[in-house]
Amino acid sequence: MPVAVETHDLRKAFGSTQALNGVDLEVPRATVLGLLGPNGAGKTTAVRILTTLLQPDGGTALIDGINVVEDPRAVRQRIGLTGQYAAVDERLTGSENLQHIGRLFRLGSTEARLRADELLAQFDLTEAADRVVKGYSGGMRRRLDIAMSLISRPSVLFLDEPTTGLDPRSRLGMWDLIEGLVRDGTTTVLTTQYLDEAERLADQIAVIDQGVVIARGTAAELKAQIGGARLTVTGASPADLDAMATALGSLPMVIGATEMDPITRSVTVTVTSAEGVVPAVVRTLDSAGVEIADVDVAGPTLDDVFLQLTGRSTADPDDADGVAAAPAKRKGRK
Amino acid sequence: MTATTETMEPAAAAPLPTGVLWIWRDSWTEATRHLRAVPRNPELLVFATIQPVMFVLLFVYVFGGAIATPGYSNYEQYLIPGIVAQTVVFGSAFTGVGLADDLSKGMIDRLRSLPMYQPAVLIGRTLSDLARNVVAFVVMMIVAFLVGFRVEGSWLAALGATALLLGFSYAFSWIQALIGLSVSSVEAANSAGFIWMFPLTFVSSAFVPTASMPSWLAAIANANPFTKLTNAARALFNGQDPGSDVWQAVAWAVGITVVFAFLAARKFARSASR
Repeated sequence: MPVAVETHDLRKAFGSTQALNGVDLEVPRATVLGLLGPNGAGKTTAVRILTTLLQPDGGTALIDGINVVEDPRAVRQRIGLTGQYAAVDERLTGSENLQHIGRLFRLGSTEARLRADELLAQFDLTEAADRVVKGYSGGMRRRLDIAMSLISRPSVLFLDEPTTGLDPRSRLGMWDLIEGLVRDGTTTVLTTQYLDEAERLADQIAVIDQGVVIARGTAAELKAQIGGARLTVTGASPADLDAMATALGSLPMVIGATEMDPITRSVTVTVTSAEGVVPAVVRTLDSAGVEIADVDVAGPTLDDVFLQLTGRSTADPDDADGVAAAPAKRKGRK
Repeated sequence: MTATTETMEPAAAAPLPTGVLWIWRDSWTEATRHLRAVPRNPELLVFATIQPVMFVLLFVYVFGGAIATPGYSNYEQYLIPGIVAQTVVFGSAFTGVGLADDLSKGMIDRLRSLPMYQPAVLIGRTLSDLARNVVAFVVMMIVAFLVGFRVEGSWLAALGATALLLGFSYAFSWIQALIGLSVSSVEAANSAGFIWMFPLTFVSSAFVPTASMPSWLAAIANANPFTKLTNAARALFNGQDPGSDVWQAVAWAVGITVVFAFLAARKFARSASR
């Protein structure tokens, strides 16, 4: 599969703070990479380098094979950036904001207007199109902001913490919207501090901490790294309990002992990965003639993963914003 | 390349334009972004002109009787060119404040990630502020004529004075652009943009003849480029021989524009949101 975004040994220091300390990334076309990490981990610095806003100290960064340092204009032609702040002009209407960016991409005025209308409809902003952005809600601004990044139908879309500061409802709406873009084939690099966001939206996750990728893989793979999921199967009849335990014990992904609970008619085992477990269980028990009432797979959360990898929880921002990491954030955005 | 991948290609495949037309188009697009907003916030323009109008009235009627301006028919003839010069130069502060605002809202980041001619962001901003200054200039001249100011030289000379004044305000916009890109907030841009312009415009020949100042201060005032501008505009409006003042003022305006446009463009290329 062609690679849309590629970095190799990317480095950037701000003073004595190493914001990026040799980052390798690879994003296949039409997939989503989630850059996950606490404040100051280096996520935004990576995005700023990839979007030509910042020069790296070392390493290479390519968008569609084009080097961001050697040919920034050609790169800018192919990307869309939605930064941490909704970068909209409050004095203009939603439609004018979109047309403005369209003209800077050298669309003719009719073309720019048509494209603006199209995006306004897609982002549910048609009714607000001719209203000045100053009166928009946070969620509307964010939608307009992302729409502005899509004017040129970019090959790669960068979303830097797209749901930070949104209320829970707008956040869910934003997730649906991003999923829609991804279905349409937009390669996306997404930074987030939220594990549930990365899990829901990203095909691949790279966990960044203090300027290095400390883990990568799918959400399921990351979870598997810290031990497997817990599988609980509830049988329809108590008489089947022994047969159920035997059948489950024979599955290749099951590790460790089998626990039986006659009261709930359930058997609990540990499996190496939650992936593909349920169909295997159903097939196995079906051929063993055991009727199933319920199957439940509970994996560890990405929070557990992060805690395991860094020794810190993401839920505690004070802790995550460690002494060494804090200046990187501040300077990284200068 | 198959047809499917072709449709996947961004609209971007068109060759990247270069040259003057491209620079002008992007600059004008950016200028319209700001100009469009002016009629929506008319109070901004109203308040921006009320202060200078008040200055004209206060100076003419409060100080007018006390300040001796030998060689001029009355104080109005002396004062108006100076106060207009101060107003258009003060008007340049909009540039810095506006850029600081764009910067703090992440707009500069967005623009820097576009394949546009990057300095067009600055050119568009300074041009739109020049347009705003033209409006302020016209309002002030109307008030000036109402309080008794007259063009005593040729209208051509008066037109030259106008061009000089607006040219200076444009040059100062580039100083303000550098300030706006260098400070950390809109409030700081506002303070840092205005504070130095008070001594610059008051320690000059704008309001009183420099001969009335203590000799050390008069020496500073006489060397002040703002004095050159005021003297040149005053001579042109009053039908006097400006001597070398016009050329010195032009040289200052061009010099400031060139140096600060370079510095601001360099700063812009390195700037990012905060």
